[in-house]
Amino acid sequence: MAEEYIYKKVGSIFFGLLGPTVIKKIGSVKIVTPELYDKEGYPVDGGLMDVRLGVIDPGLRCKTCNGKLKECPGHFGYMDLARPVIHIKYVRPILTLLKYTCRECANVLMNEEDIKKKKTLKETGKCPHCQAKQFKIKLEKPNNYVENDVRLSPIEIRARLEKISDDSVRMLGINPEYARPEWMVLTLLPIPPVTVRPSITLESGERSEDDLTHKLGDIVRINQRLFENINAGAPEIIIEDLWDLLQYHITTYFDNAISQVPPARHRSGQPLKTLSERIKSKEGRFRYNLAGKRVNYAARTVISPDPKIKFNEVGIPKIIAMELTVPEKVTSWNTEWLKKLIENGPENYVGANYVITADKKKRKITEETKEQILTDLVPGCIVERHLMDGDVCVFNRQPSLHRMSIMCHKIRVLPGRSFRLNPGVCTPYNADFDGDEMNLHIPQTEEARAEAEILMQVQSHIITPKNGFNVIGCTNDAITGNYLLTRDLKLSREDSIQLLYSIGVKEFNLSKSKELDGKEVFSALLPRDFDFIGNSKDGRTVKIERGKLVEGIIDKSTIGEDNGTLIRALYAKYGEDIGIDLLGKLFRLGIAVLLRTGFTTSISDTDLPEDVLQKNKSLTVQTEKKVDELIQQFKNGKLDAMPGLTVKETLEKMILQNLNSLRNKIGEVVFESIPEENSTILMAKSGATGNILNVAQMAASVGQQALGGSRIRNGYRDRTIVAFEKGSLSPSAKGFVYGGYRDGLSPTEYFFHAMTGRDSLMDTALRTPKSGYLYRRLSNALQDLKIEYDSTVRDANGNIVQFKYGDDGIDVHKSEGGKINVQKIVKEVATYG
Amino acid sequence: MAKTEIKFDVKTHILVPKHFLMKKEEVDELLQTYNIKKKQLPKIKKTDPAIEGMEIEKGDVIKILRKSPTVGETFFYRVVV
Repeated sequence: MAEEYIYKKVGSIFFGLLGPTVIKKIGSVKIVTPELYDKEGYPVDGGLMDVRLGVIDPGLRCKTCNGKLKECPGHFGYMDLARPVIHIKYVRPILTLLKYTCRECANVLMNEEDIKKKKTLKETGKCPHCQAKQFKIKLEKPNNYVENDVRLSPIEIRARLEKISDDSVRMLGINPEYARPEWMVLTLLPIPPVTVRPSITLESGERSEDDLTHKLGDIVRINQRLFENINAGAPEIIIEDLWDLLQYHITTYFDNAISQVPPARHRSGQPLKTLSERIKSKEGRFRYNLAGKRVNYAARTVISPDPKIKFNEVGIPKIIAMELTVPEKVTSWNTEWLKKLIENGPENYVGANYVITADKKKRKITEETKEQILTDLVPGCIVERHLMDGDVCVFNRQPSLHRMSIMCHKIRVLPGRSFRLNPGVCTPYNADFDGDEMNLHIPQTEEARAEAEILMQVQSHIITPKNGFNVIGCTNDAITGNYLLTRDLKLSREDSIQLLYSIGVKEFNLSKSKELDGKEVFSALLPRDFDFIGNSKDGRTVKIERGKLVEGIIDKSTIGEDNGTLIRALYAKYGEDIGIDLLGKLFRLGIAVLLRTGFTTSISDTDLPEDVLQKNKSLTVQTEKKVDELIQQFKNGKLDAMPGLTVKETLEKMILQNLNSLRNKIGEVVFESIPEENSTILMAKSGATGNILNVAQMAASVGQQALGGSRIRNGYRDRTIVAFEKGSLSPSAKGFVYGGYRDGLSPTEYFFHAMTGRDSLMDTALRTPKSGYLYRRLSNALQDLKIEYDSTVRDANGNIVQFKYGDDGIDVHKSEGGKINVQKIVKEVATYG
Repeated sequence: MAKTEIKFDVKTHILVPKHFLMKKEEVDELLQTYNIKKKQLPKIKKTDPAIEGMEIEKGDVIKILRKSPTVGETFFYRVVV
């Protein structure tokens, strides 16, 4: 069966109101009875499940269009309302229309002159056309209009709206062709087709109706009763009551979440999901069904690290590998292989789950069907086989703010139940392993696979388009390891070979001496024609000549993330594939070195010698004295105010400066006193993690706790905590923490520390969604700006936004921090030609 | 707004870049270099305080000497609407 499509371009679209004539015209059935089915279970004629409203049961045909289940789109019905009812969604416009028009002559309450001068509406209390007195009309929520303390009935309202002429309507900004005001008061109710409110047959054989059907049932029932009562000439009170009830049902039919209206509920007590709720908000039609795309051939699970796999690999659990598939076209060259996969079936690994035959029929492989499928297998069939090592996949972590948030990895099937990724690619994904989950997709066509491999592989994203630096590099242990290795490590020849072999380097050229320098082992990874000059973190030169590290220590500024100069040099010279391979080796070498030598950090790292403690103490005393002097000066009125500050602010600022410099001084003293081999210092020095300040905070003093840029402010009674004297300005009373984390904090110190801790916690918790939303708006606003070949930035219509991208036309991706190093390029051209 | 009120001239403010009116030939040249129609240029309102007092009609093009963090100074063009 060939599918037929009609291709038409949408010329224009308009939105208007459904008028009674249109409702009647599009309606194929008039609904008159609240009953759904008769005794035999067949839909009642003129009921809400009337067969003319469309089909929801397979096998039946539609009475209106004669279409089968999927062919018939369903047909609207309509219902006569016994009395007109306000459409709850048009309460506001009705109010404006009533307010702006005369209650007698229905003209807009403005005279000709005012209209010409485009003056705004005046409240004169008199109609400028017929001089009739006007009254204030108030809206009594949700749907009652009161004029002069008299309630207007929907009949009156409708009559008034009807009187407004087409010209007046136009003047009020409404096109009467598409939306006559009186259509906002319903006299006919369209009944949606059964296809939008299908009933579900429960396991017990019982039928469960859709929420909309329930609601419509209520409406029909009350409407019929209203009809009967009116015809029987029932007293006005009864009719009014029923009318209000009808209004309530129709209101909740449109929107069941109106504040003044109690929501209509199921018998079980849960509110009904009516028209508005179907469309609105996150679970509504737009965000859930239309904007929210769901796909097949995808997997999601927790991620965990595996430094032994490559950067551009991802470890996937066997269970997932046996569920996701790659379509493999049968050719004469691979028939034997694919037959073996089918033989294995879906239960054994490296098997296949489905076969798509040449006539595009999908067949599941089971023990029973296996033989038949095997005999039918001819070139042209497609076998959906399990994932295997080396298959292409697309890996993603939300929020996808980056192009590096979705990258292409090669599959590695591993035991376990989590996705495994190299910790080096955490940065581009902004992932950690505290329970993060990630998504994985399997491209299903050759084109998709090729595109993923060419454009999206990890190695193509080492350099970020943000500033031209590398997002992927060595982290943590990998840096410490290389630092130790290239600093002063000596290895025996055997150990060196063992080390290199363990990280997958199989060809290397080491000197014949018995003991090797760590620099030589490191150099074994580098290509032999590689030259490099850079700086280490402390500013000393790092020099590589013809693939040998001759000078300097490797640390964060050469192999780290974000401006790892050595990594970028390798990448620039040897390209992305070799670059990522070398980076992987460097990474693994660092870890292997640490595995070999052993590396740990412990409390004893923060041990300080007696003289250092004394020094710190004297520094503290000095600063305290200074602060005391300042406070005395302040109290004696001898402190001079700094420009733009009050005396008190000056004092605070000076105290804060003194206390902060105390912390820095202590940090320096600690840093100088702790031996080189201290693990914590080593990590800080190599740039792997932490800094000197962290060490000082652990070993000596945590320092001043600042809240909102100043010291802890006083509470209600002139002090921060009751432990201090009123009016005290001393460091300890205002949140200075003398203690370090190792020795512990005093109760008051602990309290101040908890204050700032809580504040920063709150801050991050509140800032994350806010900045996320800001970023979303920014990226949506800029999404189709594009740099043209003449380096102008233009939007999708070709309008110019910038005459030269960034004013200088530099491709930031290919720059270094937004700048082009011309000298370097000249030098390179001069040396290599 | 009453005319007696003393109005601050924004053109004298340091953050307001200098605006110049372009000659017709210059405009033609500009449009040719970028191969665009006038309406594809960024817009400036005729009532914009920065071009107040200039003899300007709709469709004129204003040349603006802007400061830029990347190249120091650069020209920008806006069409009057």
